[in-house]
Amino acid sequence: MIQVIAFYLFAFMVIASGAFTILARNPVHSVLWLILAFFNAAGLMVLCGAEFIAMLLVIVYVGAVAVLFLFVVMMLDIDFAELRAGFMKNAPLGFVLAIVLLMELLLGVGAYKAGALKLGTASGAAATPAGVSNIEAIGALLYTRYLFLFEAAGVILLVAMIGAIVLTHRQRTGVRGQDIAKQIARKPSEATRNVKPGVGEGVQL
Amino acid sequence: MTQFFAQWLPYDWAWGVATICGILLIALPLMLGVAMIIYVDRKIWAAMALRRGPNVVGPWGLLQSFADGLKVALQETIIPSAANKGLFLLAPIITFTVALMAWAVIPFNSGAILANINVGLLYVLAISSLGVYGTVIAGWSSNSKYPFFSAMRASAQMISYEVSIGFILICVVLWAKSFNMKDIVEAQHGAVSLAYWFPVLDGVPVLGWKINGFVANPLLFPMWVMFLISGMAETGRAPFDLTEAESELVAGYQTEYSSMAFALYWLGEYANVLLMCALNATLFWGGYLPPLDIPVLYLIPGFIWLLLKILFFFFIFSWVKATVPRYRYDQLMRLGWKVFLPVSLMFVVVVSGFLMWKGHFA
Repeated sequence: MIQVIAFYLFAFMVIASGAFTILARNPVHSVLWLILAFFNAAGLMVLCGAEFIAMLLVIVYVGAVAVLFLFVVMMLDIDFAELRAGFMKNAPLGFVLAIVLLMELLLGVGAYKAGALKLGTASGAAATPAGVSNIEAIGALLYTRYLFLFEAAGVILLVAMIGAIVLTHRQRTGVRGQDIAKQIARKPSEATRNVKPGVGEGVQL
Repeated sequence: MTQFFAQWLPYDWAWGVATICGILLIALPLMLGVAMIIYVDRKIWAAMALRRGPNVVGPWGLLQSFADGLKVALQETIIPSAANKGLFLLAPIITFTVALMAWAVIPFNSGAILANINVGLLYVLAISSLGVYGTVIAGWSSNSKYPFFSAMRASAQMISYEVSIGFILICVVLWAKSFNMKDIVEAQHGAVSLAYWFPVLDGVPVLGWKINGFVANPLLFPMWVMFLISGMAETGRAPFDLTEAESELVAGYQTEYSSMAFALYWLGEYANVLLMCALNATLFWGGYLPPLDIPVLYLIPGFIWLLLKILFFFFIFSWVKATVPRYRYDQLMRLGWKVFLPVSLMFVVVVSGFLMWKGHFA
């Protein structure tokens, strides 16, 4: 009963906030609707028994990626009229992409129904064996069977990270940078001077 | 508690009623505690500045927070005409709600935990990563320069320190072999003793006593120090309160807020600080366990031990606020990315290596 209510609540919220993500006029509102969609998707995953994935979704997407989205969208001075002018031009491409994604989804469901892949149980419940938590199950798979793929994914991410740094980093000349070590090594005795001037005398600065 | 209500109600309803009762049992005392802890904070701060602090309302000024609460409740909520109204009002609600949500997985006693979930620690991380939205949305929707600067600072600061907090928590999880908060506390039961290294001391008074808490572990003690400091940065407390640095940003993201919206930020901030204290106590200082593994100490209920630990950490937070000058922003970023991140990453390697060597996971 409660599961059913929770499922329909989360599912409705995901779809509604997904729709508002593309319908909102203000890009900041769009990002906030997207965050709500992520959050409700995490709720759906908890209902499936995939609590580890749900928490990672919130930590990674809501906690880090969406914050950066928001950061960028807030900082940019966006011309809304120009954005909307480009909408009709890109609409066919978007439509094709949407159809491809829908087909993929249908293929996945079809393959699952046909039993080609032994994913999950027959009743559709999560495949976690009894007594093994989500984290253990995923860890056992990632670090044994898919170890090399997992490592490869890590290396690709590392390359992307280094690439981003290399592309944006530029050596500028004539910049008066800070010498942190010098700042830390400074003692109060070097920075301040205790003077006790007599009455009426000035202070030499 | 579900069984108790199940006597009269169908299971689903009993579960719902029991959960709501549990939420109220945590949230209402917490709100009272926040009101009192604001008074405690002001008293400690005043004592360190050789002042008296609040001493007019009620005996010893104990009712000061309630008087303040009544005052803000009677004030008018001012919404700037250029503000984004919906988000402007939503932001304090987010801050306040998120500050309460993470308490669901804190174990108050061996049986007293609202949501005893497998991914408790990840839940805490997930919820604390939401905290930044209250600040960022407030800064943007105010449509004002200083709140916006504050929001930019807050988003960079909170993300930076979350990274190192994540690595610190991995060390704890490796040692406890679980993400479940209750299991983490139980793993600290007699976790550290000299007798582990020198079996001669087993059973000897004082030297042979077992300590409940990872903090006495030489590999985890530096992690706790870093967790405490990162916690101060994460909650935006002094000396890392750059998001509300009054000398540069007026009041930061709260500048345009008044009345109850402002009060929600105030309460949310202190609820977050108390949560950080509770996390320090739960993850490193043995949570509801007494500090030493001596039978007579278990006569005192676990809840009292947790409360004492929370109060101790809150004193540290106040102490730091009263004595340490505010960081410069670049120093804050440097501390997060160039000091804490490499050191905590190194400790993950060292701790996991040590545990493999000792056969901890076998």
